This record gives sequence, C-alpha cells and structure tokens, in this order.
Amino acid sequence: MSEILTSSATKVIAFQLKDKEYAFPVQQVQSIEKLMHITRVPGTSPFIKGVINLRGVVTPIVDLRSRFQLPEEYNEQARIIITVSGDTEIGLIVDGANDVLDIPGSVIELQPEGVGGAEEDYIVGVAKLEKRLIILLDLEKVL
Amino acid sequence: MEVSQYLDIFIDESKEHLQAINENLLLLEKSPEDLGIVNEIFRAAHTLKGMSATMGYDDLANLTHKMENVLDAVRNHKLQVSTDMLDVVFESVDDLEAMVHDIASGGDGKRDVTSIVKKLLKIEQGGAAFDSSLQKSPDTNALHMEYDEFEEAIIQQSKDQGFECYEISIQLHSECVLKAARVFMVFEVLEKYGEVIKSLPSVEQLENEQFEDRFTVAFITKETASSLKDKIEKISEVVQADVSETPRKAVEDIMLAQEEAALKQDTPVEKKETKTVNEPAASKAAASNKTIRVNIERLDSLMNLFEELVIDRGRLEQISSELNHPELNETVERMSRISGDLQEIILSMRMVPVETVFNRFPRMVRQLAKDLNKQMNLEIIGAETELDRTVIDEIGDPLVHLIRNAIDHGIEMPAERKAKGKNEEGTVKLKAYHSGNHVFIEIEDDGAGIDKEKVLEKALTKGIITKEQAASLTDGQIYELILASGFSTADVISDISGRGVGLDVVKTTIESLGGAISIQSEFGNGSKFLIQLPLTLSIISVMLVEIGSEKYAVPLSSIIETAIVQKEDILNTHAQRVIDYRGKIVPLLFLEDLFEVPKEQKEESFYSVVIVRKGDKMAGLVVDSFIGQQEVVLKSLGNYLSGVFAISGATILGDGQVALIIDCNALIK
Repeated sequence: MSEILTSSATKVIAFQLKDKEYAFPVQQVQSIEKLMHITRVPGTSPFIKGVINLRGVVTPIVDLRSRFQLPEEYNEQARIIITVSGDTEIGLIVDGANDVLDIPGSVIELQPEGVGGAEEDYIVGVAKLEKRLIILLDLEKVL
Repeated sequence: MEVSQYLDIFIDESKEHLQAINENLLLLEKSPEDLGIVNEIFRAAHTLKGMSATMGYDDLANLTHKMENVLDAVRNHKLQVSTDMLDVVFESVDDLEAMVHDIASGGDGKRDVTSIVKKLLKIEQGGAAFDSSLQKSPDTNALHMEYDEFEEAIIQQSKDQGFECYEISIQLHSECVLKAARVFMVFEVLEKYGEVIKSLPSVEQLENEQFEDRFTVAFITKETASSLKDKIEKISEVVQADVSETPRKAVEDIMLAQEEAALKQDTPVEKKETKTVNEPAASKAAASNKTIRVNIERLDSLMNLFEELVIDRGRLEQISSELNHPELNETVERMSRISGDLQEIILSMRMVPVETVFNRFPRMVRQLAKDLNKQMNLEIIGAETELDRTVIDEIGDPLVHLIRNAIDHGIEMPAERKAKGKNEEGTVKLKAYHSGNHVFIEIEDDGAGIDKEKVLEKALTKGIITKEQAASLTDGQIYELILASGFSTADVISDISGRGVGLDVVKTTIESLGGAISIQSEFGNGSKFLIQLPLTLSIISVMLVEIGSEKYAVPLSSIIETAIVQKEDILNTHAQRVIDYRGKIVPLLFLEDLFEVPKEQKEESFYSVVIVRKGDKMAGLVVDSFIGQQEVVLKSLGNYLSGVFAISGATILGDGQVALIIDCNALIK
C-alpha cells in the first residue's frame, strides 16, 4: 500500500457507504456489478453474505456495511465491487460506486486520529479532494 | 541436432519403457526360464538406449547398454537368471529412472553410474563361466568376426564418439601351458585401455581353454593400433598380435540396421522364441491399441468448456420447461441427450486404469520384503479398473502408505507365521473394482490383524479418546482410531512406517477426494482397508432439495432413498429425533436448524427426508421439498471460504444461481 502514498497520483474507484466516501486503488478492482442473487453460506462470519455466480465463477461476497458495523440496508444504487487479492476474487457490497478519481499523493494524509468507527483499522489514509473527504481502504485488512 | 522439441516425447516414452522393464523383470523373477520375457526387456532396453543416445544422454545410454549386455547373456543361455543378478538389474533400472526423472525436471541426466556398471560387468563376465562345458569349440581360426546388430550399433556409436574399433587377433605360443591365464592377462591389458565387446571364441571357451592357440577380440579404444600391438606383445607367450580396423562394410550396414532396428530386432527374436519357448510374445505386440497422445492440458480445457455447456444445458432445460413450447422442448431434449453422450465420452477420456498407480507396487513390495526379511506375495486384482485422472494423481501416496503399513505391521516374520500355522509367505491383496458410482480399492493382508486392546490402550494414553468414549466404541470405530493423527502402534519405530504420521494423512487425502476409508480386521488373521472413491470429481449427479427459499444439492452417491415421514412416526430419544427406517434406527438431521435457514416456523404434519449414508451409518436429512435430480458441475468455494462445515462445494444451477453441495460425510458422525 505504501506505493499509493508515494506515487504522484493514484487512480481509485470511489464508493459510498452510508454518508462517507471510500476508495480502493483501481488495480485491486476487477469490475462493478449490480446486486444479484446471493446464495447464503451457512456457518460463516456474519459479514460474509454468501456467494454469487460471477460469469461461471463462484465468488464470495462480503457486506461492507456489516463489516463496518453499520445497519444493513440496500437500495437500487447498491453495487458489488469485485476485488482481486492475489488470485482470489471477492465481492464487496457497497451503497453505490460511480467515480474513478485521480488522487494526487500530496493530498493524502496518513490515517488521522479520530475518524472513529469500526473501519478505523482498515484505513490506509484520507484524501481531501476539494470539498470531498475520501477514505482509502486496505483491501487485505478489510477481508 | 536440435532435440528439445522431442524431449517431452523422449521422457514419456522412456518412462514407459522403464515401466515395461520393471514389470517384465518381476515376471522374469517368477518364471526365470521364460526367454520371451527376457526378449521383451531386451527390446525395451534397446529402444531406450537408442533414444537416449540420440538425445545425447550418454550416461543413460551407457548404463542401458551394460544392462542390455547382461540380458543378452541371459538370452543366449550364457547366464542364468538369479536373484542376485536381478537385484543388480533392478538397481540399474532405479538409476535409469533417476536419470530420466532428472531430465524431466530439467537436469542433464548425468549421474555417476560407475559402480553399478562395474556390477553389471561383473555379472556379465562372471556368468560366462556357467554353461561353457556345453558348448563345443567352434572354428577358432576365423579371422573376421560376425557382428549382430547390437554389437554393430555399439561400434557405430563408439565411432561417433571418437573411439576406434579394432579386431585384434592374438597368437599364443604353441607350447603355452596356461592358455587361460594368458588370455586373462591379455584381457587385463585390454580393459585398461578400452572395452572388449566381443571375442572369438567366446570368453568362456577361452577360459576353459577350448581353443587352439589363436583368438580374436573386437576392441573399442582411443589407443592407436600400433601401441596396442606393442602392449599385447609384451605379455609373455604371446607370439603375435595383429591389430586391424573393423571392416568398413559392417559399419556401413549399421546405418540401415539402426533405422530399422525395431523391426529387424523383432523378427529374429520372435523366431528364436517360438523355437525355444512355446509362448510367443507376438500376441502381446498385437494387443497394442491405436492411440494418439493428447496433452492433458487439452483434455482439461475440453472438460472446462464442457462444464460451461452443462451449466447452459441446465438453463435451457429450465427455460423450455417454463415456456412449454413443443418444438423447443423436443430440441432441448435432444440436445440434452447428445450432451449426455458427450459427457460420457469426455469423462471416459479422462479415465485412467488404476494400473498406472498399481504397477509401481510390485517393485516396492519386493524391496520391502527384502529389507524386512519377510516373504511377501502381492496379488493385484482389477488393475484395469478406471478412475478419473485427478483421482489417480492423488491416490498413489495413500496406497503406498497402506501397503507399507500392511507389510511392516501386518505381515509377521516367517518364523512367527510358521508357528501360527500360516503359510510362511505373507500375502497382500490389492483389489480394485467398480460399484455404482464408486470405485473401491481394497488392501487386504493375511497378517497379524489389529489388536483392539492395544489400540484402545494407546488411544487412551495418547489422549485421543476418553475412557467413557472407549467403552461405547464398536470394533470398526476402534480400528478407525489408528487413522487418527498422532497414532502409531508399532513397538519399534522403523524406516518403513510407524512414525504415526502416515495413516491420518491417508484418511485426510481420501476424504478430500470425496472418498471414505474403513477398516475390517480379525485379530490373528489379517486386516482389510477399504477405500471408496468417486469415479470423477468434476461432474456429479445430485438431488436438489429446497429448505426455506434456499436450494441445496445432495450428492446422489450418498443417497439411499427419499421418504415422506409422518410426524407421529418420529421418535424422541434423548436430545435426538430418530425414525425407524426399515427396521433400523436412523437419526434425523433438520437442515434448517443446522444451516440456520431463515424461515418462518410452521407446523407440518409430515417431513420430507433424504436418507443418506456414510459407510454403514445412515442419517435422515429433513428438507422442505425435493426438486429433482440433476447433473451439476462441482465448483470449489475458494480459499476465502474454505472449511465451511458440511458444505463440500458449490454448483451453478440452470437459473444462474449458486447452490451449495452438502457434504454428507461431515454430517454423519
């Protein structure tokens, strides 16, 4: 993750979760899917929603709201971000994903104190972009 | 010569030839008189030699050549088959295998083979003393020798490698008394500078002094003719040594001979065979099938594509049943049938006879028996039984473990066996057969059997079970304790087995393949390990069931039958609901509770039950409704979700949804 902080500009996929904006580097995102039927897998952690059929590949799905201990609720805008970590693909349910942003390294601040919430452990840094505050997440830790 | 493109073929074929040599050597050990077998071995060795020489693996070619010499001696009745001799030949086959293996893993196939080569030479020459008295001294004054194609091939190869081949005719003093001693001295001098490939008269005749005072040898060396002449003539009582080059003609013929080596070699050999032994190998040759080699990766990608097709077929079937359009139905039905046939063919292409695993065992057993000083007989039944390649790849090591275990712990020492009134020779039976959708492999020995008391005692001291548990265990359950990790009953830890790490690995491997292992044993009379394996791992037949709004798949292979059970027929024992199923008490498992399926509770007057089994144990899975039977493609849940309880994988249904496959083995305890 450190290269994100040092490189001049990082391309990220930004998404919403409740009232905040988060982002993953574009390299870690394979695709963005609409919500589809999720098959529950019994006996797994509560934030694992189950598996979907992603073009013939059985892909596990993590609910980020539940991961960050936010109340679970989805609307039409909800999306599944398919991330790639090593050779495993995992989908993350978010409230909406519609932005690809270039974030200059200069505007990224390393994990400030007091962001609060359960997501604090997963944060790499925070980027201030005009009036927006975008939280950069560490995929490995989220999973 | 650019040979890298042939490397794969070379490696494949070398392995095949080595395997053939191995098998035939074992046969030969059982029937040492059968020259047909020697010929088979010879042929395989010869081809191997030719191939490795072409590919530039000199050590490989060299060792094969020496081995061939020994075999040739056997073939020509100069040498008799003995265990010692076979040991050395086996050893050299091991070396050859190691070299081929090295080449396969990218090495140069070099290996120090001098010691084994020496052993082979010793046998070859030592054996020469055998039946010399039988042979009459032939015309000893012949100046030029006749070479058979093998010898010519050697000459040709040596010349390619910069050696010279001479015929040396040596005249001894006519009053020489110890002719054999002089011959020996000549040979000793010669061996320092090269290799004698042939002599006239033959070596044993020379040693028995069955010649006048002149003999000829064919000799491969880097020395010059004149220096050789000097060296030989220095030996006392040698009157004259004529060194001449091998006639050119012989060498030229070789070019042809080599090309048609296989053919040429077959014909004379076969003829000889029919004369000497009434069992021609011709039938074996005729049995070879018309086959082509296909890269396994291609078969795998064919399989993958077909899996996609199976998923779409499911989808089509569903659509057509919803639309209920007659022509569509008809077309879809036909397509289903054809793809069903296709599936059978593709699966059968991936099937490999278990022979490919079994055939390494006879060697192993032979060696083990020797190491342990036991007398062993390995019986293999049903080697032609076929299994999916993916299963075959995994099953080898567990079987090795079990066989080693049977020989080391099961079979007693010969004296002990005799005292018990058993045949001194222990028998291990390896049997494979099909039954339903499964392949069974049995490993049965007639050894000591499993000592229940000892097993229990050990399991208690190792803390694998508690005293209370011990009291309620059935015989079968006690035997299965030896498969638990950290268990070893052997009093003495040996090299072969007995470190207590083997059998639990066996169990895990087999279960990871979707199989099961069970043990039967009779103390004093032997034990039997029964392995049940699925025919294939990728496409399986399942029964789809519904629980709440969720769909699950139960592998058909574990299902005995489905039943509707009235509520009043359910009996309550302590904390467990059971039913009386055809006279047996079968526990009921409510999947909606086990899998915490979200649904509203409603009282029902009857339950739908799928009766499943694991070995001889049964359980009834309570579901909401049965959907039907379907062929599905087994998909893994991936690393992220590994180890989910009672779920062995997932599959994609016709409507594109994922259904989980229930692992009945985990549910039945």
